[in-house]
Amino acid sequence: MALLELRGVEARYGPVRALDGVSLAVEQGQIVAVLGANGAGKTTTLRSISGTVKRSGQIVFDGKPLGRRGPESVARLGVAHVPEGRGTFAEMSVEENLKLGAYVKRGAIDDDVARVSAYFPWIATRLDQHAGTLSGGEQQMLALARALMSHPRMLLLDEPSLGLAPIVTREIFRIVSELNEKEGLTVLVVEQNAAIALEVASYAYVLEVGKVAVSGPSEELARNESVRKSYLGY
Amino acid sequence: MKRSELIRAGVFLLAAAAVFLLPRFISDFRAQEFAYVGIYFIALLGLNVLTGFTGQISLGHGAFMAIGGYTTAILISDQGLKLGGHTFSSDMKDIWTIPLAGLVAGIAGFLFGFPALRLTGLYLALATFAIAVAMPGLIKYDRFETFTGGGGGINLFESEGRTRPTETTDPITFETISEPIKILGLEIPSFNEWLYYLCWTVALVMFAVAWALLRGRTGRSLRAIRDSELAAASSGVNLATYKTLAFGISAFYAGVAGSLLAIATTFVNPDTYPITLSIFLLVGVVVGGLGSLWPLVFGAIFIQFLPLWAQEVSKAQGAPAVVYGVILILVMLAMPGGVAGLLRRLQVLTSRGYHRGR
Amino acid sequence: MAEFFQQVVAGLASGAIFAALALALVLIHRATGVINFAQGEMAMFTTYIAWTLIENHGLNMWLAFAVTLVFAFGLGVGLQRTVIRPIERASILTTVIVTIGLVLIFNGLAGLIWSAEVRAFPSPFPNDTWVIGGVAISQQDVGTFLVVLALVAILWAFFQFTKIGLALRASALNPDASRLVGVRVGWMLAIGWGLAAVLGAVAGILTAPTVFLDPNMMQAVLIYAFAAAVLGGIDSPFGAVAGGLMLGVGLNLIGTYVDFVGASLRLPVALLVILVVLLVKPAGLFGKTVTRRV
Repeated sequence: MALLELRGVEARYGPVRALDGVSLAVEQGQIVAVLGANGAGKTTTLRSISGTVKRSGQIVFDGKPLGRRGPESVARLGVAHVPEGRGTFAEMSVEENLKLGAYVKRGAIDDDVARVSAYFPWIATRLDQHAGTLSGGEQQMLALARALMSHPRMLLLDEPSLGLAPIVTREIFRIVSELNEKEGLTVLVVEQNAAIALEVASYAYVLEVGKVAVSGPSEELARNESVRKSYLGY
Repeated sequence: MKRSELIRAGVFLLAAAAVFLLPRFISDFRAQEFAYVGIYFIALLGLNVLTGFTGQISLGHGAFMAIGGYTTAILISDQGLKLGGHTFSSDMKDIWTIPLAGLVAGIAGFLFGFPALRLTGLYLALATFAIAVAMPGLIKYDRFETFTGGGGGINLFESEGRTRPTETTDPITFETISEPIKILGLEIPSFNEWLYYLCWTVALVMFAVAWALLRGRTGRSLRAIRDSELAAASSGVNLATYKTLAFGISAFYAGVAGSLLAIATTFVNPDTYPITLSIFLLVGVVVGGLGSLWPLVFGAIFIQFLPLWAQEVSKAQGAPAVVYGVILILVMLAMPGGVAGLLRRLQVLTSRGYHRGR
Repeated sequence: MAEFFQQVVAGLASGAIFAALALALVLIHRATGVINFAQGEMAMFTTYIAWTLIENHGLNMWLAFAVTLVFAFGLGVGLQRTVIRPIERASILTTVIVTIGLVLIFNGLAGLIWSAEVRAFPSPFPNDTWVIGGVAISQQDVGTFLVVLALVAILWAFFQFTKIGLALRASALNPDASRLVGVRVGWMLAIGWGLAAVLGAVAGILTAPTVFLDPNMMQAVLIYAFAAAVLGGIDSPFGAVAGGLMLGVGLNLIGTYVDFVGASLRLPVALLVILVVLLVKPAGLFGKTVTRRV
């Protein structure tokens, strides 16, 4: 059974229908990518899962239907959503951001801070720094680190490459890959940069106008020239 | 004119006719109450231009009403008030002071609009609140007493002996006057009815003016400012001009309303325009519906009649305030968009039903 | 010179009361973007609760105060959940009107339940003065100042060092991101209202002994609190406290040393402060200036 399954999910912003019946599945331990042009509904898909936006249709996580749960409740189930724009608490310190990441867990967090510092070594030395003064890449890493603090079953990653230089993007995706291999973290990543996403993900869904247009194993999609040209822009 | 506009004009004329016929069916005292509704309606129209259209919150429009009211009072009375060597003594016939009062208040508002440009939202609300709280004290200030009549206030009609208020608080009662007033050759039996016609004539005229002003480019620019100042400015709307203009216009309306209020109560003193007036004006605009025009009548009815009705529910000390407060909160919970918002929702529901039927 | 110190001490005490109420206003504004015009009336109402516990139920004064603070917290939380939350999405003005409704309700209820009679209220501090170097210092003033200072310190520690404090700060800064990490933002806002109500209750209890208990006793204090909050910066808790103290001392000194400013002009001076600050630096002394170039 898949860890996460969406069946016929619809979502709207006022009169605009952003998702028009999206179905997808993510197996435990997989990295799955959601691709497509701007406005296709990629971010809305993640928001539907985390409960940030009102949706209808079926979403089942770890065997539990998510129903009408809001983000606070979904977070407690073990879903960590790193939103578009990172959602950094800019006026707080790096350490406080991490503490917030561990909000749903009880007890001391020192071990967890050490754990995430293994992936992002710079964090250990800059715990007191104002998060708002970090560079774009560092903020993205902080957002990832924050998500990890709660030992999530699944990570929802929204456009990690946004506003970042290619070399930084590569690094971020390398770390995501590492997390997937070492910790078995299941990842659903939304990306504009289809090329790099397909390198890291094993399976991908391409959205168009709120629906799944194409889906399949990454290698197939990457090899398919017409798919690449029509949907992925390269 | 388009057909829809002709229809609107027709509806307006019907409403005007209804307004003019109303006194036939209600008691003399009620006529006075509805006169007050007219006064509040004018003030609400003005405040709405500022808050409902440009989004600038004012908790101080009672102060502009005070300016208008005192202008009229000073010009009409013969108490011997002085300003810089000139002594006022019944210089003007009362109703001619009304547009002048509006103008004085309007200029004050326009001038206030300049420093107000620097303030947004909450800060502007606090600044206007501060002015409204300070206004009674300013009027009472001894250096200004020879001009404003100080704490003792100004009697508007004493010399003419037309009426005398028996109380200076709401609701006011009057002694009936002896000689009948005539409008267009028709005899009006009482001061209250005269007041009613005066207030509503002015109200309807000013409503029409507001409607004409706001439907064109001016209205669109003002609304654009409310929705997003940044976007409006990028589209070429001159923020400074429109925002100060909005202040001036809304103050003008408040001044006219204040002037009518002075005539209605025939007496002004620093407590005629307290901070609660400013607050209730804001309540009226929100209950009527921000950005709407004719639904503001409901706002005016609300602020005029609810306190009276609350007193009928219970006269126990403090009870009317509780009733008023509870109703106010319930109204906000049920209709956050005011009466106008409610009407809009009904419109959407009925049109949806219509479409589904097809 | 003795006069100067006496006025400063008295100013610190009245300023502490302004600071407490101003802090309540800032707390709610930071969390929900709303100015709670009913903060003063809520404070007054909870003070009446304290009074009735002492007078009619014979409770020991300090116990009554403790119960009152708990009641105030519950009142704040309850209000946020019942009347503020449903209109979260509506315009700010709708919420302002609701707080105005609350002003009417609390003011009316106080008169209804306890009548508008002016009453004496017991002070937790002795009515004595210490004389130090020729300066008479009222114990009431010192006590007031210290209580507020302690309360502010406790709150600060709570916000800085506890998990809930962190969640409260996060909810005010970025409610969406807070939800994503599992913070129940709605309840955090309610707690914010509860804490603000507690601050108000303290302000009321400290005000009542000197101005006497009546339904309108907090109205002037609320205006001073607005002035303090504006002076210090409407989003800065530190500013609220600093602004309150500065205002309290400033008003006393101006009243003493500037000739034409008598007792009746204190309020207009405070209002003038509001206006001047708003014109010169709207963000207040300690607030952050947000530049909008249009």
